Amino acid sequence: MKGTEEENLLSEVTEKNYEYGFTTEIESDTIAPGLDESVIRTISKKKNEPDWLLDWRLEAFAAWSKMEEPEWAHVTYDKPDLQSISFYSAPKQKKVLASLDEVDPELLKTMEKLGISLEEQKKLSGVAVDFVMDSVSVATSFKETLGEMGVIFCSLGEAIQEHPELVRKYLGTVVPQRDNYYAALNSAVFTDGSFCYIPKGVRCPMELSTYFRINQAGTGQFERTLIVADEGSYVSYLEGCTAPQRDENQLHAAVVEIISHDEAEVKYSTVQNWYPGDKDGKGGVFNFVTKRGICHRAAKISWTQVETGSAVTWKYPSCILKGDDSIGEFFSVAVTNNKQQADTGTKMIHLGKRTRSTIISKGISSGESQNSYRGLVQIHPSAENARNFSVCDSLLMTDRCGAHTFPYIEVKNPTAQIEHEATTSKIGEDQIFYCQQRGIEEEEAIGLIVKGYAKDVLNKLPMEFAVEAQKLLTISLEGSVG
Amino acid sequence: MLKIKNLHAKVGDNEILKGLNLDVKPGEIHAIMGPNGSGKSTLAAVLAGREAYEVTDGMVELDGTDLLDLEASDRAREGVFLAFQYPIEIPGVSNLNFMKAAVNAKRAHQGQPPIKAKDFLAKVKECSSLVELDGRLRDRSVNEGFSGGEKKRNEIFQMAILEPKLCILDETDSGLDIDALRVVSKGVNAMRSPDRAFIVITHYQRLLDHIIPDFVHVLSNGIIVKSGGKELALELEAKGYDWLKEEQNA
Repeated sequence: MKGTEEENLLSEVTEKNYEYGFTTEIESDTIAPGLDESVIRTISKKKNEPDWLLDWRLEAFAAWSKMEEPEWAHVTYDKPDLQSISFYSAPKQKKVLASLDEVDPELLKTMEKLGISLEEQKKLSGVAVDFVMDSVSVATSFKETLGEMGVIFCSLGEAIQEHPELVRKYLGTVVPQRDNYYAALNSAVFTDGSFCYIPKGVRCPMELSTYFRINQAGTGQFERTLIVADEGSYVSYLEGCTAPQRDENQLHAAVVEIISHDEAEVKYSTVQNWYPGDKDGKGGVFNFVTKRGICHRAAKISWTQVETGSAVTWKYPSCILKGDDSIGEFFSVAVTNNKQQADTGTKMIHLGKRTRSTIISKGISSGESQNSYRGLVQIHPSAENARNFSVCDSLLMTDRCGAHTFPYIEVKNPTAQIEHEATTSKIGEDQIFYCQQRGIEEEEAIGLIVKGYAKDVLNKLPMEFAVEAQKLLTISLEGSVG
Repeated sequence: MLKIKNLHAKVGDNEILKGLNLDVKPGEIHAIMGPNGSGKSTLAAVLAGREAYEVTDGMVELDGTDLLDLEASDRAREGVFLAFQYPIEIPGVSNLNFMKAAVNAKRAHQGQPPIKAKDFLAKVKECSSLVELDGRLRDRSVNEGFSGGEKKRNEIFQMAILEPKLCILDETDSGLDIDALRVVSKGVNAMRSPDRAFIVITHYQRLLDHIIPDFVHVLSNGIIVKSGGKELALELEAKGYDWLKEEQNA
């Protein structure tokens, strides 16, 4: 079994081009590029939103208009020209879809290329997939099964129509409209995303997953995800993304909010594989994402991410540990190759007593890329006996890349226990030769060594993702030793 | 099986092998001895295909195949195994997965399907008992946190799993206590077969008490200066290497 997998891996490795670089030709309903108040009104109207949401968007827009794009991250790029972006692009389709048969065959084909045919997913893996192509969800499966348990899993747009009270109660409570430049922009113009609500005491029986995809050339994608786990509930949520190859930079500014109520647990796993640009750094996605969760009493949130794509990334999935005895976790593998730049990490904000957090970050830099870990561990005066354990390791594949670590630790309570470990190492010629001497080719050897290095994080991924993630690691590092 | 003719090799500008000749037939054990810096480990590295070593002249054939033409991984698949003097640690990669990848790489090379889990585990069990490698070490990351003796035993374990044609042991006895030496030697002896050959590189006679060679060669300044039977090793042990230099100069 394992052997065939490795072989498949190898053959994929030899295919040089970004393999998800195709576009689907579907008639799109796209509004003219540019951003002003009327664009926001148009989006809101197209989505048939209630007035309170339009007002909420306009507030965000007003706040955003006074903000400056941040420059503190360890990345350099040409700022995207927002006036040249179209802020709404929805695949045209007939009314509401009752079954897969009604979905545009072109869309289905795209899904097949991605290896996530809904039919197959349904049968084989028990994963309910809410597939987001550009901005509008086109298919949702397993809805009935989930519905029987009271689990709501749908597009945010749908939730706004059908569960407005829930959306209104939670939207923006973890990532406020004016949180930061791109979160504010997202709040003003978000088009769709996923919504998930797990009722009290319910253990969601399947992994919930959403695939995101930027499909329309020049369309910024502003997804917004809201996950609410009510008291004592559990949910594991998977998010993976691939984007077609583009020459101009594409902006992706998503917001994810998680509310984990008393004794609830949310696992959020991401495999991020947006187009990274070519070898010279041309093209590629700008991935400026705000992800944050709040933990109430004895609640838990785990962020696990495998980041291999995007030209520029800044992303800090964070936990506000508000309730006593709550737990936050962050497990990350970030790979950068060629000219990619990543500035990623987490924030653990300890407010409650006996709150605990764990951070394991594994950076892998290759080519001429720059890979930074940036993390904040903050122990507030109220957080008696809080604990944090952090590991951040960096692996260098070439002598032209950079690995940087920016750990911030603020402790305002003397009972806190903080541990921080960090290492930087270069992939060893000796290790590669040792593998080769046992008959393992160089590319496979690198894959093996890197997977070993990232094992602590890969182990945290749900099975469905682990294989894909391992493939991505190997593919992203192809031909990278030097 | 292995034919080495007039082999010259250098590292950087430093020529280390200066016209080495060696002929190894199936079933034979050849011991290579010699003072420090004579080129013993270089010979091992050149045969295994380490990139830092540049072959400037000569030829090496394994069963008629030009070894020097092959990548290190292809040489391994053709049946060359090097037991490292200092085995390398690979954190996070379990010993078993590592071996499985190696076995399947070789099988793919031979046009065979990947090994069945059941067959692989049976093989692992058999080979680990050969060198008294306990399950704990099999499941741990490759060589990580292993003692010196455990690392050497692990090398022989890997050798047993991969069933090479030509086994090169590079100072496998260095850093071993008497018990570990006995275990390692037992493993090697169990692998002796009419179609397998060994090149045993060592400083000391004591290894050759356990692994009895058919031939002993003395390497000095990049060439073989004397060859003989196993009694040559005893003579070296008693008299050192200096008398050979005198003999050469005379």
